[in-house]
Amino acid sequence: MLATDDEILRQAEAWKRGGRNVAIATVVETWGSAPRPVGSHLVIDGEGNFLGSVSGGCVEGAVVTEALDVIESAKPRILEFGVADETAWQVGLSCGGRIKVYVEPLE
Amino acid sequence: MKLDLLSTLNAERAARRAAVLVTDVEGGGQRLVREAEIAGDPMADVLRERLRLGRSGMVEADGRRLFLTVQVPPVRLVVVGAVHVSQAMIPMARALDLDVTIVDPRTAFATPERFPGVPLFAEWPDEVLPRLGLDRYTAFAALTHDPKIDDPALAAALRSECFYVGALGSRKTHAKRVARLAAAGFDEGAIARIRAPIGLSIGAVSPAEIALSILGEIVAALRLGPAGAQAEA
Repeated sequence: MLATDDEILRQAEAWKRGGRNVAIATVVETWGSAPRPVGSHLVIDGEGNFLGSVSGGCVEGAVVTEALDVIESAKPRILEFGVADETAWQVGLSCGGRIKVYVEPLE
Repeated sequence: MKLDLLSTLNAERAARRAAVLVTDVEGGGQRLVREAEIAGDPMADVLRERLRLGRSGMVEADGRRLFLTVQVPPVRLVVVGAVHVSQAMIPMARALDLDVTIVDPRTAFATPERFPGVPLFAEWPDEVLPRLGLDRYTAFAALTHDPKIDDPALAAALRSECFYVGALGSRKTHAKRVARLAAAGFDEGAIARIRAPIGLSIGAVSPAEIALSILGEIVAALRLGPAGAQAEA
């Protein structure tokens, strides 16, 4: 079943209230053909469980890894993925688009 | 994000009220603006425009780069008429993330067998619709073809803020309907809100095709606004 943004943010709240550490990732900008629109969310808990998507599968793994750092450091960060980016060549967007993702801890 | 901010955001959505979360992605500050608070906000114009489009995105304000998370309530579709076209509409509406509710006082039509898993009201629309609260995130379609049922339903829809009002029936049927609604006291402007004959002009024949044309028209009204949808028609 596809999780809608509603369920994703409700789940983030429920996780936090249940005592888990949580980070919220949001697509804040896209260029070219990007698989998920601006405003799409991915929520991640401290164990690396996640719900939602920011790219339809291409870069979720990398976002989850960064999210664990964000939870650890309690500091938000901005991630960029795209073909112009060297790391994105490994975990990049095969569609050729570029996306910027804001990852913040839920406090 | 602070947990209480997320709680408020979730609560606003559950109550079918719009809100915008303003995030300073470089500085890290964050605040939530509820629909009712927009008029008094320094960014009122930008927020109002974003809300109308239902679109999140980056903006610049006072030299800061801000991300606006625009949250509008799930779009609802209220259909009067538990008919064949409505049945065909259910799976398509689900794919489009529309919450569908069916109203039809004829108990032979409004059965869970015909509409499994769909909120169903086998009652008169003038009793049910005010209770459902047709808001500006609701589309309304009258599909029974029976003035006894459609007319009071349309009257309730025209008195509401819903963003789309459509009614099944030929131009001739609609002309008679317009006369009845005018006699009931609705002015020209109100009656002009009704999209009739209902649906985009795609030469629809089968119930599924008619359902598609209606849903296409609803999406156009949602994404282009009422003026845009009229221009496209």
